[in-house]
Order: sequence, then structure tokens, then C-alpha cells
Amino acid sequence: MEIIEKLKQANLRGRGGAGFPAWQKWQMVKDAPGETKYVVCNVSEGEPAVAKDGHILEKWPDIVIEGIKLAMEEVGAKKGYLYLRHDYFDKFKNALAEIIGARAIKIIREPGGYLGGEETALLDSIEGKAVEPRIKPPFPPQEGLFGYPTLINNLETLYFAARIARGEYKNTRFYTIAGDCACPGVFERGESLTIKEILGKTGNWPKDEFFVQAGGGASGTIMLSDELEVPLSGAGSIVIYNKAKTDPRQLGLKWINFFINENCGKCVPCREGVYRLREIFSGEPLDIARAQSIVKLLAAASFCPFGKGVANSIGSLSEKLL
Amino acid sequence: MKITIDNREVEAREGQTILEAARENGIEIPALCYHPDLCVKANCRMCVVEIEGVAAPQAACATKIKEGTKVVTQSENLTALRKTNLELLLGQHRRNCPQCVWQGKCALLKYAAELKADLNAHLLRNPEPEIIKFGPIILDRSKCINCRNCVDMCSRQTGSKRGNEDECKSDGFLELEGRGYESRISPSSDEKKDCIYCAQCVVHCPVGALDVESAVEAVDALLKDRKGKTLVVQFAPSIRASIGEMFGIPHGQVVTGQLVASLKKLGFDKVFDTNMAADLTTVEEAKELVQRVKENKPLPMFTSCCPAWIRYVEFFRPDLIPHITTVKSPQNMLGSLIKTRWAENNNINPEDIVSVSVMPCAAKKYDAFKPEEKINGLAPADFVLTTRELGRLLQKNRIDLKAMLEEIADDPFGVYTGAGTIFGATGGVTEAAARTAHWLITGKNLEKVDFEGVRGIVGLKKAEIEIGGVKLKIAVANGMENAKMVLDDLAKDPKAYDYVEVMACPGGCIGGGGQPLPVNDEIRKKRAQGLYSDDAAKTIRLAHESPAVKAVYDDLQNDEHKIHEILHTHYAQKGKSEIIK
Repeated sequence: MEIIEKLKQANLRGRGGAGFPAWQKWQMVKDAPGETKYVVCNVSEGEPAVAKDGHILEKWPDIVIEGIKLAMEEVGAKKGYLYLRHDYFDKFKNALAEIIGARAIKIIREPGGYLGGEETALLDSIEGKAVEPRIKPPFPPQEGLFGYPTLINNLETLYFAARIARGEYKNTRFYTIAGDCACPGVFERGESLTIKEILGKTGNWPKDEFFVQAGGGASGTIMLSDELEVPLSGAGSIVIYNKAKTDPRQLGLKWINFFINENCGKCVPCREGVYRLREIFSGEPLDIARAQSIVKLLAAASFCPFGKGVANSIGSLSEKLL
Repeated sequence: MKITIDNREVEAREGQTILEAARENGIEIPALCYHPDLCVKANCRMCVVEIEGVAAPQAACATKIKEGTKVVTQSENLTALRKTNLELLLGQHRRNCPQCVWQGKCALLKYAAELKADLNAHLLRNPEPEIIKFGPIILDRSKCINCRNCVDMCSRQTGSKRGNEDECKSDGFLELEGRGYESRISPSSDEKKDCIYCAQCVVHCPVGALDVESAVEAVDALLKDRKGKTLVVQFAPSIRASIGEMFGIPHGQVVTGQLVASLKKLGFDKVFDTNMAADLTTVEEAKELVQRVKENKPLPMFTSCCPAWIRYVEFFRPDLIPHITTVKSPQNMLGSLIKTRWAENNNINPEDIVSVSVMPCAAKKYDAFKPEEKINGLAPADFVLTTRELGRLLQKNRIDLKAMLEEIADDPFGVYTGAGTIFGATGGVTEAAARTAHWLITGKNLEKVDFEGVRGIVGLKKAEIEIGGVKLKIAVANGMENAKMVLDDLAKDPKAYDYVEVMACPGGCIGGGGQPLPVNDEIRKKRAQGLYSDDAAKTIRLAHESPAVKAVYDDLQNDEHKIHEILHTHYAQKGKSEIIK
């Protein structure tokens, strides 16, 4: 059976957070006309409290490279890129270079920054331009790196593609669990499990009253302890917060400061909206209505998913905890 | 194809964006960073619309239409989003409306009224002016909303962008500095980049964060207390087809007589028409072209009337200086005649003359004060007003140009031909020169004087014309992104052209950086049409037939030495402009 068909049957979805069916992306790049195509493995892993890509790199770098190679062969790319967060680059580059050997896979050190994970910003970064998202369409499978069809997959996606090819996939994904919990760490568990089950199975269900941020340590959604009977969506992280010990407003401000630093400044909702959110969260009294209108704008009108992430965390925080 | 906008079926063309299709059908979608001249950036987010079948609102400027696309441009939800967005922008924009280049007619205020946005919803991020000056250009970063229109424009004018490229570039003199909410527009400190003073950034800035240094106050003061000086004014070809816009006159309507009357009412002692000098420039330039061809001197010959283009060559490509015609720009030619021959013939001490010129241009402010342009130690123009500044000066003095009865410009520099007037549109200099070159080469006047091949506001026109057996390969470029393509051609083949006309601004002077706002192709076309109809209506359409030009040659006794001293100039390599913060 063809690998794309296998990906389809396994129902593998992008593990970067967006959850786009992997087989569709592969098919689009495979079907795209032209001789020159690229595969990019995205290891930007910019969300705070997400460490699963690093974990996989540490334990199974050979399977990752196998996944990249598989993708290159399948879509017809002569060249691949492994785009590594700067600390991962420093830590793993020698080991990876050895596994890569003579294969046409280039290891790139991410110049830094959260936005580098946005796939078109990542392409600009590889091309040596300012790290900013591009207008879509064209999507990377149509016009990606240097204008050529490009498959961009998160590292975990390519890792599991290799596992699927080997017949070793058991419908799992990697979860980073962090925060006020007994056993923080990275865990591989079934992807259909609910958050409640995951916390229970990993010995992380807290005794005290708590809430979690699920799907990214900055852009993830606030979920209360009675909302956890659903599988995780977004990036693979669950951060637990002890309700009594956490000041939600300070928590919001922490994320806002993170977003302010990582923001590219291109579009108005992100550049000005996040700036004003900081003002609102630092001011007295807290003007929730104004914050909500900015959150709505970020969700609906920001240029790239960055603003949607801000809206996701700050919006759910404001709604549920403030 | 057919698409539906706000429940109305409209006709649209494949490849258009929703915004373009809507505007073509008279439906306005709010937009600030969109300009039909520029690349699509989609950063202001004002143009978000709802599309049937698409979950989130999309930017209309960046979304191409498809057959059957159904778009909603107005809804409660969109109004709320746009209002929040606009209020964020207003928090970034220090308002100074009475002094603003937009004179209160900007899109920010218009949309604020439509969306009932609170101008003071947020505390101003930059409550104090933050001025940076370079040449005649003033950037006030406390007004800037980071739309990046100027950055794209400047990459066309001074950066690597070519006329056949669509993608946004940012490698011109105006660049983006910093990231996130701290990102700012900044003049480049790179020694290899400089401003050419075209002021296209000014006319493409939607919020008046860029403007041209004003001479309004100084000229107004002189008009009120002339200190024993003789005040003389000249106005450029294109002004007559654009200044009316500031007084409610339709685009492109030629208002020469009312303009002259307004200038006289302001109190100028003499009102001269730069068109007369454009005729003279034409004859001198045609003479030089014929001479260069006959004597195997450097070809192609480049035109010199556009000072931003000259500055481009003097800064970026000094190797090309020998190719520029030595004929002065019309402004400086007339200014030089005023301060030499006219002063002498009227027994006036040249130092007691204040020469004012009204130009469509910011670079002319630089052109008038170049050391090479001085005549007997004096600048050909003491003050240069842009079209916008003259409009302001008239408004300040409560002179309504529209209500004025026509008057005629003064002798000896008041009469012009059709050749001079078309200098204001791209291709006009070439056409004027070709008409006269024909006479110089063949000794006969053309029966049909129109050269349709060099007309129109297209960015780059190439033509081959034959005059009395002499074949001339011609390129006419407007906008530096097109001029650079001509230079690329010449780098490959130095003999690609014999004559090159360059106007740095889109459409030529009618699209100049000193012209009234707003500007786009439609407006530029109308202004150009105005000039071409002025030409067509003239009895005399050949520069060398101008009685005023003939009178100048008589006055100079056809002495080539005198002609060169007063009507010609030279050029020199220039260094980087001072950036004053």
C-alpha cells in the first residue's frame, strides 16, 4: 500500500496544532507540478511548556530522519530541511548530521522566535527574509520555499509517518504535562483519550481545585476541571494550575508579555491589539469589555494564526476566570 | 464572471481581488494599507469581509474572487471588528488635522465617522511629534500607522524593485526597523541608500505621516511685506491640470487663466508660465540630441527635467552623468532668465528679485538650490511651492481659484505652445523634442505632430521613430521601478536606446509628489488628458515656433556662449542626505 493511503487510513493529523490531515498535504505536494519541491520538518516548538518534539529528537532521531526521507521520496523532493529551534540545534546537530549522512537534508538553526513556527514565516526565515507570515493562498504545497511546492510538517507528524510506514503506529500522540502536578513530563498516550483520562493515567490528576491550559503553554485554551472529558486539541501540552495559588490576571499578563515579545508587528490586531491588552491587564479597573472586543478582533481578523492563539488563551481566561 | 456582493450580482474579472471587484462596481470596502499603485500587504485588516462558505472573515484586498463568490461587506459583526481595529489604529496616530497634508480628508476620519469610532478610545502611544527630516521630506512617526505603503513605494524608487515585480519589497531608503509593537518606519543609515526626494511616500501615505517641507509661511510673509523686492512667480506645466482639485474643480480640468489670476491677486508682480521655459528646454534639448547623434557623443541622451531622476543618477549611478542632457530643467532655466536677462532688460538688481516657483514636486526644492544651478551666485528660484502648498496659500488668503476670472500670464515669459504644456505628462518631453528635432534635421515642420506611441501613463514605453532618415530608439519611463528596467537594458546593451525620458513619479509630473491628494491611475489619466487637450487646442504646437522662445534667442543674440551660460548646467556625484532626527 502506498504511504499516502496508509496515512489516510491511520487518520494522521498534523501534530503542530492545526490538525490538518497529513495525507492531504502530502498528496497536494505530490500532485503539484514541477521538478523542484521541498520537504521541511518544523521543529520550531515555540509554545512554552511544549517539549514533545525535543523529547522525540532525543529518543528517536533516526525515526525522524526516516520520516523526512520517506516524505521526500513520496512527494518527489530532492531536498529536505530540518528547521530546529536554536537550543535543539545546538544540542542535536552533531547526532542528526551523523544520521543524515550524505542525504540531501539540511539542518537549519531557527534565528529565534515563536512566530518561526508559523509555516510561511518559517519559509521566509529559511529564505533569509524578515520572519513574517505570507499572504495565503498560495499555500506552501502550491508555492512554498523559494516559490516551489513545499511540504511542511511538524516533527511529530513525520515521526509518526515513519512509524506508520513501519506498521508500528498505535494511534498515539505525545503530551507534555507541566505545572502544578505530581509527575510532569512527556508522555505517549492514545490520541482519542480525554484530557481527564490522560491526567489520570499519568498520575497527574490534582487533588486540589485546578484548571488547565490545554493545547499550548501560551496560546492554549483555559479549561476548567469539569470541562476535561474531551480529547486534546491544538499543540500537545496540558499545563495544570492550582486555582488557589494562581492569580488569573497575572497569568494573562505573563502570556501577553510573551506575545508582545514574539509578535512580528505586521498586522494591526496583533501589533496594536496585544499592546493594548497589556495596558488593559495592567490597568485598574480591569476593563474586561474592552479586552473582549480586542480578543474578538484578534480571533476574526488577525493576519495569521498568531492572533488567533492570543485570542484563544486570553479570551478563554477572561471568560472563565476573570 | 459573476459574483455577489451584498446581495447584488456584479460583473468581475478573473484574477481580481474582492476589493478590486467591489471598487470597480462602486462598492467601497474600507482599506488603509491598500493602494492600487502598490503591492498587497493586507496588514491594516480594515477590509475584512465575510465570504459564504468560509468560516472566518477574510481580507478583501488579498482574496481573489472565484465564480459565484458571495461576499458580505457590511454587517453588524464586520462593523464591530472594523471599529475595534480602527480605534487601535487611532491610538497609534497623533492627530494634527489642521496641519495635515490630507486637510481633514483622510480615510481615518472618514471611516471613524462611518463606524462611529471613538477617536480617543486609547491613550496615544506617541503623544509628542517624532520628526525625522531628510532633504525636503518630513516623517512624523507619531502619526505613522505602519501600513508600509511608503516602504513598498520606496523600494520601487530607490530599492531593487522593478516595474515587472508584484511582491512587496523593503530594500529602499525607507525601511522597517524593529519588531512587534516597536516596529517603525525609518530612513536607512546604509551609506549606499538615499532619498531621491520624489515624495511618492508622501502621496501614498494614507495618514499624513509624511509631508514635504513647506514654504507657505515664508512666501506669505514676503507677499505681505515685500521689503522692496520684486516678486516673480512661475508655475509648472502640470499645475494647471491639478490645482483645481483643491477648489472643487473636476480632475484634469485645465485652469491656467484662473491660476494666473489667483497668483496676481496674491500680489505677485509678475506671473510667468514655466511652459514657456519648457518650450525653450525642448529646443535646446532637440539641438543637443541632434548634435550628439551627428558627432557620436554619448548616447543615449537622458532627459534632465525631473530632479528626482537627476538625484538618482547623481547618487546611485554617477557613471551615467555624461548621458544627461546639459539643458537645465524648465524651472531653473526660467529662473536663470529672470535673474539675468529679464533683470537687466528691466533695470532691476537681480538681488532684489524674489523668484518663486510652483512645482508638482518636492525634488524641485532641492533642484533650485544645487550649487551647480546658481547663476551669478544666485539661486534660480528662492522659494519653491508644491501644488498643495500653493493651494494652501490661496486658501489662507481666502482666494477661491474657482471664482476667479481668467487672466493671462505676463510677457515676456507668458506665451507657450502645445509642446511645452505636455511636459507635465510622461512622454510629453519626448514628443515635444521629437517635433522640434524633425524641424532641426529636415528643415521642415511636421504635418501631423502627435506621437501617439509615447503617450499614455503606462510605466514603460519603447518606440522607434524615424526623423529625416535618422532612426532613434526611444524609451520613456515613469516611476523609478521602470527607469531601472531601462538601465538594466542598457547594462546589457549600451546601444539599446538613443534617447531616454525618465520621470521619477508615476505618470510623470501630473503624478508628482507635490500634487493634491489622493492620487491613482484614474486621476493621473484625467490630469494627463487635461494637458493633451490643452496642447491640441493650441494654434502653435511646436516649441521652436514659440514667439517667446524666439524672443529669448534674439535677446541672447543666438550667442552659443551666452545660451550655455544661462540655459545649460552640469552635474556632479552626490553624497548621502543628512538625516535630522
